[in-house]
Amino acid sequence: MISWRAIAAATLLAAAAPVLLAGEIPPDARRSGYAFMGADTRAMQDDDTSNPGMLFVLDGEALWAKKIGSADKACADCHGDAQSSMKGVAARYPAFDKALGRPVTLDQRIILCRANHQQATPLPYESRDLLALSAFIAHQSRGTPITAGDDPQAKPFVEQGRVLYMQRAGQLNLACTNCHDDNFDKRLAGAPITQAQPTGYPLYRLEWQTLGSLERRLRSCMSGVRAQAYDYGSPELVALELYLMSRAHGLPMETPAVRP
Amino acid sequence: MPTQANKLLPYTIIGDGIPVSLTGSPGDAARGRALVLARTTTCILCHSGPFPETRFQGDLAPDLTGTGNRWSVSQLRLRLVDASRFNPDTIMPSYYRNDGLVRVGRNFAGKPILSAAEIEDIVAFLATLRD
Repeated sequence: MISWRAIAAATLLAAAAPVLLAGEIPPDARRSGYAFMGADTRAMQDDDTSNPGMLFVLDGEALWAKKIGSADKACADCHGDAQSSMKGVAARYPAFDKALGRPVTLDQRIILCRANHQQATPLPYESRDLLALSAFIAHQSRGTPITAGDDPQAKPFVEQGRVLYMQRAGQLNLACTNCHDDNFDKRLAGAPITQAQPTGYPLYRLEWQTLGSLERRLRSCMSGVRAQAYDYGSPELVALELYLMSRAHGLPMETPAVRP
Repeated sequence: MPTQANKLLPYTIIGDGIPVSLTGSPGDAARGRALVLARTTTCILCHSGPFPETRFQGDLAPDLTGTGNRWSVSQLRLRLVDASRFNPDTIMPSYYRNDGLVRVGRNFAGKPILSAAEIEDIVAFLATLRD
């Protein structure tokens, strides 16, 4: 019979070194999409004067200070200087919301804050203002190691995301893991496959010619395998986002990243 | 869902292949070459081959050069129809299958990736790829 002491010891071991399932990338082998890019795209991200994502960050900074809604309040009226109050915050998102009993993305947190505290009209997903605020807030975490998913209350949702990540879907019958765990560094139609580490969202994608969220990226991957994409803000997309962030544990935030 | 239009033609697996054409007639190798190179068929996303005109080739799967030496027409046909019969973990989709899939997009639901005629064209072309 297994003693409680043995179970406790096993749990401690598991906490010290997270158990990897078959195919999962060990922590010291995790690489940002930045490592898969050419020199030109890297240079564009590295130089704030050439990084097109910085225009959104500047817009977000202006929105942060702007009084809106029937409460006539700006983000800054409650949160003060974002450089200190928002530092490291995005590296913990999606984060568990106690009132809702589920994790929310940074975009959803902004939407909730606008509704509850500013009493302002909701911002649609992928709208310019939402992306700008999200980019500005996440930019305050540039360089901060990702810790999303560490909260014990988030664990069941991390697990839900992992199951979705491992599940084959769509007419092409492929799972995220088939490309991003088993075949990164190889080429799909000539373009390198990355590890899908979401270190720089929202990010400027040259293919999109604009800034976009991780949810947009996930939805386009789902369309790629000819699956019905989950809706923006759906529990499934949030769980996938949470799992991906937890999988990128320890990698530094890069927002706003630039990707091909 | 319109079932009649999407119904698959029956086929018989014998040994490690499907010896008889899905449509009952031979495919057209020239059309098959164009299909392999069209990104919508997905072949070229993962495979490379003797196609000097395109640099958008994948390397997730074996190069198609010499395919006609390695496999018979019967084997090629089954590999396209259902590669998972040879390896359940393969990333190669089953091109002639329309059920048992998860969350298929609305535009694709109930349809195989390739039609029987397209498979025959591609098989005819692959058989010509000899070293």
